[in-house]
Parts: sequence; structure tokens; C-alpha cells
Amino acid sequence: MNYLEVFRAAAPETALAITVLLVLAVDMIAMRGESIQRRFQAGALISIIGCLMAAFFTFLHYGYTDPLHGLLVVDSLTNFLKLVLLALTVFTVLISTSGKFTEHVGEYLSLVLLATIGLMLLVSAEDLLMIFISLELASLSLYILTAFNKRNARSSEAALKYFLFGGMSAAFLLFGFSLLYGLSGSTNLPQIAANLAGRELDPLLLVAIVTTVIGFGFKVAAVPFHLWAPDAYEGAPTPSAAFIASGSKVASFYILAKILTLGFAGAEGSAVWHGYGSGWTPVMAVVAALSMVLGNLTAIVQSSVKRLLAYSAIAHAGYMLLGVLANTPFSRTALLFYVITYALTVLGAFGVVTVVEEATGGDAIQNFAGLSRRAPGLSLCLLVFLLSLAGIPPLAGFIGKFFLFSAVAGADSNHLGLLWLVILAILMSAVSFYYYLRVLKQAYVLDAAENAPAIKVPWVTMFALVLLAGLVILLGCAPGLLTRFL
Amino acid sequence: MLAWTIYISFIGVLVLMLLPREAARAARIIALLTAIAGCVVAFAGAAQQASPGEVATIVKVPWIPAIGASYYLAADGISLVLVVLTGLASVAGILFSWNIEKRTKEFFAFYLALIGGVYGVFLSFDVLLLFMFYELTIIPKYFLIARWGSTRKEYGAMKLALYSFVGSHLVLIGLIAAWVVARAQTGHATLDLLELSRVPFPLSFQHWVFPLVFVGFGILAGLWPFHTWAPTGHVAAPTAGSMLLAGVVMKLGAYGCLRVAMVLFPEGVRMWQGEIAALAVIGIIYGAGVALVQRDFKFVIGYSSVSHMGFVLLGLATLNTIGLSGAVLQMFSHGIIAGLLFAVVGRMVYDRTHTRDFNDLQTMQLGKLLPFAGVTFVLAGMASMGLPGFSGFVAELQVLMGAWTVFPKTTLLAGVGIVVGVAYTLRAMQKAFYSDAPLDKSGHDHPLEPISVPERIGAAMLIAASLVIGLFPGLLLNWIQPCLNSPLFERLLKGGSL
Repeated sequence: MNYLEVFRAAAPETALAITVLLVLAVDMIAMRGESIQRRFQAGALISIIGCLMAAFFTFLHYGYTDPLHGLLVVDSLTNFLKLVLLALTVFTVLISTSGKFTEHVGEYLSLVLLATIGLMLLVSAEDLLMIFISLELASLSLYILTAFNKRNARSSEAALKYFLFGGMSAAFLLFGFSLLYGLSGSTNLPQIAANLAGRELDPLLLVAIVTTVIGFGFKVAAVPFHLWAPDAYEGAPTPSAAFIASGSKVASFYILAKILTLGFAGAEGSAVWHGYGSGWTPVMAVVAALSMVLGNLTAIVQSSVKRLLAYSAIAHAGYMLLGVLANTPFSRTALLFYVITYALTVLGAFGVVTVVEEATGGDAIQNFAGLSRRAPGLSLCLLVFLLSLAGIPPLAGFIGKFFLFSAVAGADSNHLGLLWLVILAILMSAVSFYYYLRVLKQAYVLDAAENAPAIKVPWVTMFALVLLAGLVILLGCAPGLLTRFL
Repeated sequence: MLAWTIYISFIGVLVLMLLPREAARAARIIALLTAIAGCVVAFAGAAQQASPGEVATIVKVPWIPAIGASYYLAADGISLVLVVLTGLASVAGILFSWNIEKRTKEFFAFYLALIGGVYGVFLSFDVLLLFMFYELTIIPKYFLIARWGSTRKEYGAMKLALYSFVGSHLVLIGLIAAWVVARAQTGHATLDLLELSRVPFPLSFQHWVFPLVFVGFGILAGLWPFHTWAPTGHVAAPTAGSMLLAGVVMKLGAYGCLRVAMVLFPEGVRMWQGEIAALAVIGIIYGAGVALVQRDFKFVIGYSSVSHMGFVLLGLATLNTIGLSGAVLQMFSHGIIAGLLFAVVGRMVYDRTHTRDFNDLQTMQLGKLLPFAGVTFVLAGMASMGLPGFSGFVAELQVLMGAWTVFPKTTLLAGVGIVVGVAYTLRAMQKAFYSDAPLDKSGHDHPLEPISVPERIGAAMLIAASLVIGLFPGLLLNWIQPCLNSPLFERLLKGGSL
């Protein structure tokens, strides 16, 4: 084993780990007496510099390397995803800086960075153990981040719920992984696939598939494993929720697709209409269909925007699962395009919610009334984000949907066998338009209370939001900028 | 050059967004100048096009090579007709919203965004691009109505937005399916309308996908029984909103039916020809019948739009040159006339009297108080009834001639619709303007504000357009008919009898 090679491959994560310590130390030692605002600014600056360093190391090592036999596989795609994760982290840190939800600034920021390290390692892992460990590193950090608003009982409740569900899902995942190891005698994904090749779909493998899907179903909040999501999104400090909805989604979907397509290669089965064959695709098809229907229909009746975004996240997870189960090269590109643009968009939407929450004291839909007058720039950003989530051109969400749905429909191009899922997805996406429009109606059509003052948006947040909105528009008009990396 | 109609509109949106909030007057002037510039470009570009029968490429660059999408703007004669219509309607709409005081700059920003999207649809020859512009129009429509409308505006706006969105999603299903099948058949991915139109889609596929796409677009064209957004939406919208809805947005739907659904799936049309004609005629008669019994002046015009758009759809269903050219001509004609009718009802009457109820209007003797409005409505009504000399006559005559050869009985029923059309127009005219009910002085102690100059110009412009096309239909037919004989429509029309 060449340790230098290992170190070079893990340089970005290492840089982040050092940043974690730095942020903690600086906040503990140097910034004790300062105001929260100042501490956040200093901590954010260090974190962002750390992220940039990590990004730099990622760039430096852009070729393929696999020094630890699957524990840490680096290639251009994982590197690109790491850059995306780092960017999402930077945006999360930027929208956190104006927050007043905690006085433990150093701990908060270092946990965000720790979660990022976990997600970055996850993206690079092709080994069951490594996948599990990095997933847990990320998840544990996210549980704590959810609980960070100590003064709010809902935050603790949300964190406990998230933790219990998360722990359960980890148990399922481990169970599935251990079966998989027992069946194949290896923890390495390509090796597992090779050892399982030619094997009949016996009950044991089926159980392994189902428990793995359950485990990841919790992580990506797919129905019927979604119950934690609305509470966690609502109770968590909004920037934490933003990170759960964005960064964690990107990595989880990537690794889910990897496990299923690499590890369970040969056990796909078929979800084609009238051509059903058992395997993991029909399982995914059921989960995806349920998520799309339930997520979209439940979102309609929500009165809290964060809960609404949570249910819409469930629905979007449903669309993305379609991309997983289509299992073609084009569908993989489409899935990654979708999940990345979704992460950018939802991060922006949560950013807007953060500001509105700070200014009006809540995230109920009525709190957005008259936003276009109180903060024109902010509500324009909200318009872009929500319309992108709804899939209105020329925003990234539309192109993402078009890619994804055409990839799924094209997966079985001779019979259009997966078209039933696409039809369901498109009809459900038509439903989703209604609830996004409900929020926008508050912002643009209704008036705020008579004496409502203008909302002052911190310039850092505004900068991040405008950048995100710009990206959403840009990627919608020129998707080639992103697809060339995927 | 024609592409600048799109760009100018969106530049106008940007400029308006940068204006300070108070600058209402500047916003109006900028909006008007933008619309005029768009209109001039539309006319100039149309005049420049030497042979309207061919599809003249304006710009074609690869856009998303992975799925075969390109940024492909082009125009043939049919596009030209509708682009010119959009130019006229957009200028007229701004002239009739000169009195918008509430959040003026935002109103015109949404207005121009809508116009830009509409130009985009008419000029796109890549189905994805066309679809994108098509959906882009939904959002401005929603906000224009919900924010600046009247009578149940939020309900009407949401209904319109949801109907449009559901319709466009039906289209999306069809487009994705067509893309997949075309890729399987030809071996490469394309979204180019001209290339797709040459793909021989299997008959069984066309059988189910054509109605999906046709109905998806048809919803916006007021296809019965999916028309119900139209009356509520028109009534709820501000004057310029209803002018655009009836004037150009409904044409988007009809244009999509023709340009996408029918051109891509010609065999599908033949399978469903009878059903489309039946729905169209039901729409004609139903719209006219309901218009006859309305108490609200604006609902009369709203339902009359459903009725007139029925002629467009009937023309499309004929699948012969004369019927189709009648349909396109009717799109133009109805765009002008409906715009004018809504302008009279919404701007000239409602903004002054604050009522649209015939029972109230009867007691006001508006024909004497607002003679200009009265005369305008009489002219617009004559055009709407299809009197010779106005554009509606030529258009509906062609549709009926085309339909007669294919479905004679249905055509007779459509004729009944015309008769009812005369009835409801005369009824509205009499009740609103020339009633002999005694004058009720209590309602208005202060005199009605006189008809302003922008309104006069707008009305004159639209009446002139309708008259010119009524007297010289060749101006537009010279654009439309060569198009229908072009290769693009060959597969569609080869089974037609005329």
C-alpha cells in the first residue's frame, strides 16, 4: 500500500478535517467575548477558506485512483461531486451567518464541515464498510445539527425523531449489508456483483435487497420511510434543514444508485408494465410511485413552508428514484443533473425561508404575504427557486425533469414499458405546481399588513441567494455546462 | 430579424424591473415603446420573408446535444400571421391599460414577459424550445390576473394556471414518448420539428399519443369540455389580460394543435377527425348558447370566445387546405375582434361605470354617454357576427366551406351557432348601449370620464386591421396557403379531398 497515494487521494477530506479543528479552536480561544454575529463571520470565513482548500486539492488530483481497494475510489466524477458538495457547504455556511439560533458557533460550523467530510467520503466509497462508516459520520452530524436550536422544544423533538428513525435505518442497512457479505464473501461492490453473478434470485438476496432499500429509503425520505422528514425539516434550524435537504441528498442518491447498479448488478428484475420481473427495480418503482403521489398530495395541505418543502422533497425523491431504476448511462447523468440542481434550488428556497423567519418570526405561509413589496430582491429569488422546483422553464428544474423523464421513458425504448411511471410523475408534477403557486401567491398577489416594514436582508445571504438563483437560471438555459462533467 | 421580437420583449422586462417603483409614467412609455418596437420588427420581418411557403431559419444552434435539442427559431407563413397578430394585440393591449395605476411597472413587466413568451412559441421549430416558451407564458398570466384582475380574480387566475399547466403536462408526456419512439426508429435523438415530422410513427402509437397532445394544447384553445377556464379567466382578468388571453393565448393552444400535434401525428388526426369536429361544433353551439343568457357583459364575450375558437378547431379537423387556411385566418381574426370586444367591455365600460351587469347598464344609456364606445362595439359586434367586409366573414366562410365537404351535417349545426352568435351580439349591443329603459340618474352623479386618446387609437387600429383583412384577405392567405402546400403539411393533407 502506498501511503503517499492514499494521502493524496484523501487530501480534500484531510484539509476539511483540519479546518474543523481550526474553526473549533479559533472560536473557543480567540472569539470568546465577541458577539455571535462576529463569531459567525470569523468561523464562516475559516470554513469557507477550508472548503476552498479542499476544492483546490480536489482539482489537483483529478485522475482515477483506487489506493485502498474500494475504500477510497477517486475519479473525475467523484471529484466533481465533491466539488458540488463543497459548494453546497459554502452556501449553507453563508446562509447560516445571519442566524441567531445558537451561541455555539464553533460547534455548529464544525459539525457542518464534519457532515461534509462524511458525504465526501461516501461519494468515494465502493466498499460496504466504508459506505456505512461515512454515512454514519454524516448522519450523526446531521442529527446534532437538527437539535441545535436549544431554546426550541420542536428542534429537540425533531432531532430525536430523526435520530431514532436514522438509527433504525442504519440497523436495516447493516442487516442488508451483512447478508450481502454472507452471500458473496466480500464487502467490495464490484466483487460482490461478480460473486453474485449467475445466481438465482433466492429469498436471502431478496431480503438483502429489501433491507438495503429500506435503509436508504429512510436516508432519502422516500415513502413509506419518510415520516421523520417533515418534523425534522420543520423543527431543525433552517440552515441545518437546508443542508439535510441538499448536500445529504446528493451523496445519498449517488451512493444508492452505485450500490444498486454496481452491487446488485444482475438482480435488476423489471418494472415494465405487463412485464414485471422480480428484482430491485420493481421495489424501487413501488417506492418511487408512492413517494410521488403521497409527497405531492400531502404538500397541498401544508401551512408551514418548511413542511411544504419537506413533502415536496419526498415527491422529488420519488422522481429521482425513477432515475435510479431506469439504470442506463443517460439516466445516471439525468439523475445526477436532477439531484444537483435540486440541491442548489432547495438550498436557495431554505435560504429565503431563513430570512423570512428571522424577520417575521415564523415560516407559516401567511408570513410570506406581501414579500414582493417588503423585499423585492428576496421574493424574486423565491420566485426562481419555487418555479424551478415546480419545473417551469427556462429554469434548471424543468430541464432536470425533462432529462430524467425522457431517460426513464427511453430506458425501454422499444415498448415504452416504463412510460407508466413517467406519466404518473408528470401528472403529479402538475399537481405540485398548485402548492408552489400558493406560496408565490402570498408573496406577489396578497398584501402585507398595513404597517409591515421592509425586510432587511443581510448582504451575505443576499449574495448567496442571488448566486444560487443565477445558477438555477443558467443551468436551465445552458444545461451543457453541468452535464459535461457527469 | 424576427427573433428580435422575443429579445426586445424580454429586454423591456429587464428595463422595467430596474425602474424605480414610483415611475409609473415612464413604465407605461417604456412598455408601449417596447411593444411598438416588437410590432414593427414583426411587420418588417414578415415583409422581408420572400417565400412564406418555406420554413425560413432565423437561428439554429445546437443547444443540448445529448437529447438533440437545438435553439431553432424559424418562421413560415403561419408563424408570420400569428407573429403579426401578436404585435398588433400587444400594442393595443398597452393602449387599453394606460390607466393602470397600481404597481404599474410590475404590471407591464409581466405583460411584456407574456408577450415575449408568445412570440417565442410562434417562432420555435424545436419542440422542446416551443414547449419552454409555451410554459413560460403561464406564470405572467397567473400574476396579471391574480394581482390586477377583478371578479373572483384569485380563483380565475388559479384555474387558468392549473388548466394550462395540466394541459402542457399532457403535451409533455406526448413529447417525451414521441422523442423516445423517434430515437428508436431513426437511431438518433432529435427534437427538431421538421425532422420529427418526417418520422413515421407507428399507427398504434399515434392512436393514443395524438389525442393526448391535441387535448393538451386544445385546453388552451378553449376545446369543449375543457374550456371552462376561459370564461372565468377572461372575466377575472384585467382588460389587457383578457385582450391577450383571447387575442393571443388561446391561439397558442390552437397553434400547438396544428403545429405540433397534427404535423407530427397526421395518421392520428385522421383517426380522431370526427371526434374533434364534434367537440368543436359542440363548443360553437354551447359557447353561443351560454353567451345568449348571460347577465354579465364580460361573460358574453368570454363565452363568445369559446364559440369562435370552435371554428378554429373545426377548421383544423377538416384536414383540407381551405379549412385549415380558414382556421389560421380565424385565429388572426378572432385575436383582433375579441381583443376589441374585451377592450370595450373592460376598459371603456367597466372601468368607468364599475358594473358589467346588463340590468345596471340598461339604465345608463351608454350609447349617448359614451358614443365612441357604442360605435366601436357595434363595429366589433358586426365583425364578430361575421358580416362581410370584416375579417371574421372570410375566415368562418372558409372554415365552413372546408367542413362542408367532409362533414356536411356537422357543418349545418355550426351554421346554427352563427345564427345564435348574431343573436347574443345584438342582445349585448342593445342591452349595454341602446336600451330604451328609463335613465336612472341616481347611479352616477359625476359624469363619466370621456374616452381617452390611447383608447381611440387602439380601437381604430384593431378595427382597421379587421377591415383590411376582411376586404383584402389575400394579404394573409398569400402567407398561409403556400405553407399548407409545403412538404411540412404534405402528410397531413394528402388524404384531404380539396
